[in-house]
Parts: sequence; C-alpha cells; structure tokens
Amino acid sequence: MKLGSRTGRWFKREWIYFRKNRELLVLALPGILYKLVISYFPMVGLILAFKFFRYDQGIFGSRWVGFDNFTFLFKSQDALRIIRNTLLYNFAYITLGTVVALVFALLLNELSGRMVKIYQTTMFLPYFISLVLVGYITYAFLEHKSGYLNNVLQNFGFEPHKWYFETKPWIFILPLVSIWKGVGFSTLVYYAGILGINSEYYEAAKLDGASRPQMMMRITLPLLKPLVIILFILGLGGIFRGDFGLHYFVPNNVGMNFATTDIIDTYVYRALTKLGDINSAAAVGFLQSVVGLVTIVSANYLVRRVDKESSLF
Amino acid sequence: MPLTKLDRSANYFINAFFIIVCALITLPFLLVIAVSITSEDSLVQYGYRFIPHSISFEAFRIIFIEPSIMLKGYGVTILITVIGTVIAMFLTALTAYPISRRDFRYQRPITFYVFFTMLFNGGLVPFYIMMTQYFHLKNTLAALIIPLLLSPYNILIMKGFLDKISMEIIESAKMDGATEKRIFLQMILPLSTPALATLGLFISFAYWNDWFTALLFIDNDKYVPLQLLLVRILSQIEFLANSPLAEAADKLQYANFPTLSVRMAMAILAGGPMLIIFPFFQKYFVRGITVGSLKG
Repeated sequence: MKLGSRTGRWFKREWIYFRKNRELLVLALPGILYKLVISYFPMVGLILAFKFFRYDQGIFGSRWVGFDNFTFLFKSQDALRIIRNTLLYNFAYITLGTVVALVFALLLNELSGRMVKIYQTTMFLPYFISLVLVGYITYAFLEHKSGYLNNVLQNFGFEPHKWYFETKPWIFILPLVSIWKGVGFSTLVYYAGILGINSEYYEAAKLDGASRPQMMMRITLPLLKPLVIILFILGLGGIFRGDFGLHYFVPNNVGMNFATTDIIDTYVYRALTKLGDINSAAAVGFLQSVVGLVTIVSANYLVRRVDKESSLF
Repeated sequence: MPLTKLDRSANYFINAFFIIVCALITLPFLLVIAVSITSEDSLVQYGYRFIPHSISFEAFRIIFIEPSIMLKGYGVTILITVIGTVIAMFLTALTAYPISRRDFRYQRPITFYVFFTMLFNGGLVPFYIMMTQYFHLKNTLAALIIPLLLSPYNILIMKGFLDKISMEIIESAKMDGATEKRIFLQMILPLSTPALATLGLFISFAYWNDWFTALLFIDNDKYVPLQLLLVRILSQIEFLANSPLAEAADKLQYANFPTLSVRMAMAILAGGPMLIIFPFFQKYFVRGITVGSLKG
C-alpha cells in the first residue's frame, strides 16, 4: 500500500515535470527520431554477425548461425590482414601526425605576422579537397606509364615501378598522403593551443633572460603536454576506425596491393557492393563496433585521469 | 621586441623551412594543373611533367564543347548541397537548442542519446541493408541527403554557441507568454545567425565533398554527383572514351581522344572552384576546430 502510493506520487510528479518540459521535448523530437532511425536501428542489425544473411529473408528472417561467421572469418587470410592493417596504419597516422603537427606548430609560433597566415593557408589547402581528388593527385604521381615518379626514376636511370601492383611502397605512400592532407588541420589545433597559453609566462621568462629555445622547451611544450596527450589518446581510441577514402582512392582499389592497403572499412564496403562475403563483413563490422566502443571508453578513462576537463564524457 | 642576431638567423631558417614545406604541399596541385594543359602527344611521349613539353588546352576545349556531363554532376551536387544544408541547419539547431537549456529536465538523457552515436554505431553492413532493403532508397536523391542531416559534431558546435545565450531573455519571453516554439523560431534562430553561418559552411562543405553516400547508394546514371563522377572517371578506364566527350573530341577533329589530360581537367573543374572558395572561409573552419578539438 505504502509503496503503491509512493510510486503513484512519483508518477504524478514526473507527469507534472513532463507537462512542463513537453514543449522543449517536442522541439527535440525530430532529432531524436532521426537518430533513432539512422543510428539506433542499425545497431539492432549488428545481430547479423550471428546470422547467415540472405537478401530475400532480411535481417530478422535470416537463419541464426551462432559464431560461424567469426570462425569462417578467422580461418581466412583476410581477417588478420585487414585488422593488422587498420591498427598499424592508424597508429602510424596518429604518431606521425602528432609529431609533425607539434613541430610545425612550435616553429610557427616562433614567427609572427603575415607569413604565419600565408603558411597556414597553404598548408590547409589539401584539407579542402575530397579524397577522390587526392586519388587523382596521387595517380598523377604513381601512374605506371606516364606518372611523374616513374619519369624521375627513369631520368636517373632507375627501373620504373608498377606502384599499384606492388605492396611495399604503400607502407610509405599512405602515411605520406595522410600527413599531406591533414597537416594543416592538426598543426592548427596545436597552434591554437599555443596561442591560448597565458602570455604572462613568456613575459616573466623574458625578464629572467630566457632564450627562445628555452621558452619553447620550458614553457610552451610542458603547457601543451596535456593537449598532446589527450588528442593522442583520443586518436588511439578510434584506432579501429579506418580511413576508408584514403585506403580506397589512393591505392585505387587494385587487388594486387590489398596485402598492404586493405583495411576493415574497405573490406566491408567491397563485401556490400561487389561480390563479396557479406557474412564475414558483418562479423568484422561487429568486431569493429564493439572493440571500437571499448577502446574509446578506455581512452576516455585515461584522458579523465590526465585532465578531467578534457574528457569526452 | 628587438631581435638579436641569433634570433634573426633563426627566423630566416624557420621561414626557409616553411617555404619548402609549403612548396612541397602545393606541388601536387601544380602537377595536376600541368597535366591538364599538356597536349596528349607529349603526355604519351614524355609522361606527366611539371613543365609541359607542349601546352595545349584541348582537354578544356573538349569539356566546354560538351559540358553536359560536367553540368549534370554540378547540378546534382548543387541540388543536394542546397537542400541538405537548409534542412540540416534547421534540424541541427532544433536539436541543439533543447539540450543547451539547463532547465530542461531531459537535457542529460537526450544529450547522451545523441552523442552516444559518436562512440558506438551499427556499422556499415546493417546501415546499408536498412537503407536499400527496408527503405528502398537506392538511386534516389534522398539517399544522398538523409545520411548527412544531423551530425553530433555539428550539434556540439551549435550547442557551444547556444550555451552562451543568457537564460534571462528566455525567461522574460516566457513571462510574456511566448511558447517554446515561438522562442526558438523568433528569438533563438535570429540570435544565432553567426553560429548558423559557420554551421552552414561546415554542412555545405560536407555535402559538396561527400562521395561516400553516392558510392554506396548510386549505381545508375541518374543522380551522379560530381564526386561520384570523378570516381567513375578514375576507376573505369573506358568511362571517358564512351562518354559524349569522345564525340566532342571527334568534332574538334582530334586524332585521339586525350584521356589523360581530360581526366585531370575534369578533376580541376570539379574540385578547383571549392579550392578557391573555401580558403576564404578558413577562419570559420579554424573557429570550428578550436571548439571541436577539445570537446570533439
């Protein structure tokens, strides 16, 4: 009896709250519904990883197969290859990207005036083009017959390469392209961080007769450390999410270089649109989503320990 | 601040460093431009070079004589960019506003509900099957517009702005008997024009450069946006030779259809305008980055 009246009161109170907040809730409703359909419905589809999907039977009609998709996936060479490539490339992009951007930002900070703006704008240019166009640009360099790189090689008496048919070069080409495209953006993030440092530190240091390298090493870098660590960890949190465009358009989707270019995202895409094993794709997609959640939540946990303010949630 | 001799030479050194970096970053663009204005004969004979052996505008001439392919691509891209941006801006503001209101009882759960999708998603396979098998959106304009309508990142930018609007003016509007809908439409939206401008820029940028949804959902010739057109030109060797452009080349009495230079010329005509326009708005991108980088 007592409990009943308590829940009754609770409902009554919540109902009053609900009526008070109803109008704002209505405003939020379109967005909520959109997210429900576009983001939350597909989460239900993750069960496909444990089913044998047939287009005519749909997601719910298809037969349950337990862990068969996973056993099949890990029996093939593909699984190891795409997971390894995804992790290693992302790790390379994150570390290289961080180091280059940090050095650039520190050096940029030593300069002043108009030149900084010009450098920034120039470095930002690749950010504005789509990865499809990046594919065109790399094609102009790598094309086997007339590509610029082979021209240069031949001029110096070297053998031309069939870049798209080889596996080794991509280990260097892809990180290079990734840096080229992203350096303007990431430099700016750190540069903005440096500009945010209180100028009093520098004035005090100057009075004490500190040199510019000293100020860079003793003030800028230590104060920038939390930002660097945070962005690095958050980057690692997303390590299971591959850069589809980079790995699809730059190696030009040529099967012969898949050993060093294929990542989870390109594999899944091919399985969906070309002839491919959709069940393995569903299984690896499931792994990507679940492990990705784990890595991001752990990354966030780490960030919270470095600096509570900067954590995502 | 007077510069010491050492400082000045350090400055020279750093400037030289950045000039080299900037040159390296720009060179790839120049190569594409150079290829597009090189005659096909010299491309075949000497390969792609930064300094054309013989300059020729045949590629551009062919495209301008038969601009239908290009214009169609532009048409679809402009259409989805305009429609998508308008709807997306409104929807983003509409979603960001309630969760920026601290007195809104469901603020926290809805915020979590929206941003959780940044951490976890169903992945491509279920999304693709849902869009094509359940909603039958393959080869429709809607398939190009819907997936980009509401990104948590954009909500974050909008929310960051709305957080700064003082509660007092909202309270006083409520005192005067205004409904939440009216407050949003007649007060919040007009107040947020600067934020909406930044948002519009980001969203239109995303639509303009989007190739992923087109790659997934378009496989006929009806709604091919620019980016997908470029994908097809690059990945299907015979695409250009089978296009109306080949006839145009015939009309101009070129012995061979200049596939190599036309390809790069298409890339320039498709990507060039944005490369000129977007840098003017760089400052807004920068602002978005500084908002997003820490709480992204």
